[in-house]
Amino acid sequence: MATGGAGCLIEAVNLVKSFGSTPALRGASVAVNRGEVLAVMGPSGSGKSTLLHCLAGILRPDTGEVWFGDRRVDTMGEAERSALRRDCFGFVFQFGQLVPELTAQENVALPLLLGGVRRAEALSRARQWFGRLGLEGLERQRSGEMSGGQAQRVALARGLIAEPEVLFADEPTGSLDSLASEQVMNLLTSAARDQGTSVILVTHEAPVAAYADRDVVVRDGKVASLAAERAAT
Amino acid sequence: MSVPHTLLGLLEREPSHGYELKRDYDAFFGRGRQLPFGQVYATLGRLARDGKVVAGEAEPGAGPDRKRYVITETGVTEVETWLTEPAEPEPHLQTVLFSKVVLALMLDRPASSYLDEQRAVHLRRMRELTDLKRGGDLVDVFLADYGLFHLDADLRWMDMTAARLDALAAAVRR
Repeated sequence: MATGGAGCLIEAVNLVKSFGSTPALRGASVAVNRGEVLAVMGPSGSGKSTLLHCLAGILRPDTGEVWFGDRRVDTMGEAERSALRRDCFGFVFQFGQLVPELTAQENVALPLLLGGVRRAEALSRARQWFGRLGLEGLERQRSGEMSGGQAQRVALARGLIAEPEVLFADEPTGSLDSLASEQVMNLLTSAARDQGTSVILVTHEAPVAAYADRDVVVRDGKVASLAAERAAT
Repeated sequence: MSVPHTLLGLLEREPSHGYELKRDYDAFFGRGRQLPFGQVYATLGRLARDGKVVAGEAEPGAGPDRKRYVITETGVTEVETWLTEPAEPEPHLQTVLFSKVVLALMLDRPASSYLDEQRAVHLRRMRELTDLKRGGDLVDVFLADYGLFHLDADLRWMDMTAARLDALAAAVRR
């Protein structure tokens, strides 16, 4: 059962996950509070992305539990997890993963359209994000016509437009230079904090993790616990 | 670089004469900057005065350096405290971190945990500097960036070291 405190929004308890004979998680536990920005760090292959995917209901752990509030995620069926992801979660990935056939504005509006919001309203709400993210004039552009930093800001708007309770960001600045990276992280954290959205941010870059309220390190499939944290519990 | 703590660490490994301490210090920690004999004996004298080491009887033989030094319980506690205490993050502290990691491995202590604790302290400082950038003017941003890039370099070194601890341990253990 969930072990997080009163403010806990999403929690992984002792997750184990293997891909074939290769273990990715070996008893990983982490809890994220409502409105908190948590950075998940660790070397390549440590299991940090697998942990994020389990928390987001994209992957099911072999054993262990995932809780979102009082709802247990890991035992949900695919349809229920899919609805949870659509209604409560937002996502930003390393390479934006915008739909190339859609304009930037349609990409941003996509979560609303999939959630049943009328097209005119969805596009109108999407347009508001372009000013906020310094992307005015790019509404009609397609992903191939934008720089990496611009495309990533569009992806960020898409991840946040439905005001999700949790934003999952997997290496959101991994393909950007320092300046574009700083811009994306400033926008991501300020927008998430304005909306009260919790953020789970997977990154191997310390300057990116420094935008978070807190960080944990995943090593060999487990979340490392520090002496300072052990002493506090 | 803390010479007293490093000498204490070497003595925890095994009781040694002053010249052995100098030899090992120079080999492991004194790259490009050897420890003068005078500083070795002055440091040992202070450590003995403070009850962290004891000197054995002078052994027969030629030369002035015939005492073997042995670490005390107080000395061992001092080493342990120093190793577990994260250093204040600042540019160019790598020599302190390096000494801690090498000594921890020599003494079969959990070097990986020390690196994790140090990472946490570094990241805490990076969060403070990032907050300064958010709320500050352009001069603050440039100043904070200077610190952030240096701290990031330290962290990259810590990550590389953490990934290579086994190899480093094999290189420094006898």
